[in-house]
Formats: sequence, structure tokens, C-alpha cells
Amino acid sequence: MGEMIKVGMADMNVCKPPDSITTLGLGSCVGIVLYDPGRKVSGMVHIMLPDSTKIKNNENIAKFADTGIDELIRRLLALGASRTALIAKIAGGAQMFAFSSNNDMLRVGERNVEATKEKLNSLRIPILAQDTGANYGRTIEFNPESGELLIKSVGKPLKKI
Amino acid sequence: MSDKDFDTMDSMQFDVLKEIGNIGAGNATTALSKLLNAKVDMKVPKIELLEFKDLSDVIGGAENVVVGILLTLDGDIDGMIMFILEQEPARAIVRMLMQGMCEVGEEFTEIELSALQEIGNIIAGAYLSSLSTLTNMTITSSIPYLAIDMAGAILSVPAIEFGKISDKALLIETEFGDKNLEVNGYFVLIPTLDSYNAILTSLGM
Repeated sequence: MGEMIKVGMADMNVCKPPDSITTLGLGSCVGIVLYDPGRKVSGMVHIMLPDSTKIKNNENIAKFADTGIDELIRRLLALGASRTALIAKIAGGAQMFAFSSNNDMLRVGERNVEATKEKLNSLRIPILAQDTGANYGRTIEFNPESGELLIKSVGKPLKKI
Repeated sequence: MSDKDFDTMDSMQFDVLKEIGNIGAGNATTALSKLLNAKVDMKVPKIELLEFKDLSDVIGGAENVVVGILLTLDGDIDGMIMFILEQEPARAIVRMLMQGMCEVGEEFTEIELSALQEIGNIIAGAYLSSLSTLTNMTITSSIPYLAIDMAGAILSVPAIEFGKISDKALLIETEFGDKNLEVNGYFVLIPTLDSYNAILTSLGM
């Protein structure tokens, strides 16, 4: 058994078999897994906000969908992944509190998912699977050996995508 | 005052925020005591500036299931306030409030959930009213929203708001209760950057 590499909030890491990579308790944040299935090189970033250009305090590049994905790709390439082989799986972006208003502050989960998809589309990285939105938290685990993303939620059956 | 964030905050400003947390938590405890019609003691709140990745560790880890009650703020301050409780003390408070009317089940019933929402409303309201008095600002809050889920997921909501201004979040931990009731509660107050500056300015900082 390999190790389980933990990725915190606004954090990223890369991983190869036999290790797996996880992030715990995703809420409105989005967990993005990028993966080269042939070389079994993978990485995960836990982003909090959609766009680094809208925020002045943007030094932590793992915090944003745009800069987070760029940096993760850079690290994956350094680890031997092929840029054109990369595929993505994403999860998270929930709306944790059932608001009725369209307060922008509270729709951030949805915006995180949109920004993630846009960024991946512009980079021509296909999104192979996703489990986003709804109103509950998710813990995700990615196994680069099998390419499976495991999703655990409170009071819900285990999901594999 | 120029733009500040938590990373560049001086110790004086941090002390002011601490004191606001102190007074607010004190008021909230009094409110809880009245609500339950029982004596509720409070320990001096612990106030910490934490990095995002350490935030949920304080509340028992990212996967620990907690009750979160959130109110959005309006008026002179924009932002949100969140009150977080562990499940057990949440149940204990509801039980006390409802005087045995609720069953001791695994899941909260509809009426227990709305009781919890109301508790959050009163506690957060007391906290906000002290902030309002201290700063002489008008603060109005939304109805309370409730979620029971993993601490990491619940905290992501305030953390994202903090994320716009800083890489750290301000967490106020209050411990209150007596021998019958021990409650660990956490407040997270998240003013927007403008409002945060407005608070400090109103206090002459």
C-alpha cells in the first residue's frame, strides 16, 4: 500500500502509484484532478476562488482556478506527464447553505465550477467525469493506478467516477 | 485608512479584533443563558488567526460533522457571520430548550432544526449587536441558514470570503456551559475588505 497524500484548502500536490492523493471536506471549493493515464502521473489542486485577476491578494496560486490549474500542469510535466495526454476529473462546488437570494457571495461554488470548466476547455483538457454542485460536502480520493476518483459524503453512498 | 489585510495587521489591530470577539462572545453567552433559562458560564474566548489548511483541524478535522449556522450581513458592514457547534452540544442545547420534547435520535427532526436555527439567530444577533454598539455602525442580518455537514465543507463558505482578502482566517473559539451542559462553539466573522477597514476606522484605528 502506498501513502495517501493530503491536499489542504488552497493547496496542491502531485502523485504517482502506489500513492494516492486526497482532499477532505470540499464544500464550495473545487477539487481538480489532472491525470496522464498512460504514465499514471496525477495531481490535485483544491481551489477556492474562480479568478486570480479579480483579487488583489493573489500570491497563493493554488487558491484560484486559473493559476492553480496552470501550476498543476507545470508540476505534472516536470514529473514526466505528457501535456496532450492530460485528462481531468472534478468534484465539489456545492452550495452549502440553501440561500434563496442571488447574492453573489453565496453562489461561489457554482462560479468555481464554471471557471474550472472554462479554464480546462481553453487548455483542451477533456473533463472525463465530474460530481459537482448540490448542497453537500465531499471528500475525494484519487488513485492514479486505477484512475478512479472516490467521493465520500455524509449520509450518502460512496461514489466512484 | 489604507487597505489592510490580516497578513499585514499590526498587533494593536489584532487586539481590537480580539476584544470585539471577546465582548461579542460574552453577549452571545448571556443570550444563550436567557434562552435556556439556565446559568451558562463562559471561558475567555480563544482567538486565532489560522491558515486555511489548519482551519478545520481546530474543529476536529475536515471530516468531522458539525452544525453550521450562517447569517449574511448588510448595512454598514457587508459580509457574513457563522456560528459552528459540534453535533452533541447542539443536541444538548436543543434538548434543554425543548424540555424533553425532542427525541434523542441520530438525525435532527424538522422542529429541532428550526430550534437550532433560532438559537443561531439569537447567538449571532447578540454578537452582532455588541459589534454594532462598539463601532456605532448599523448592522442588519439575514435569516439564519443552517447546514449539517463536514467541517471542511462548512468552513469553505467563510474561508472563501476570507480568501478574497487574505490567506488566513480569524476564528473565535468560545467555550461555555456548566456541569450539565458543556458547549464548544466557534464564531467566524467575515467582513468584506471594505467593511473590515470600516470597522477599524470607526474604532479610530
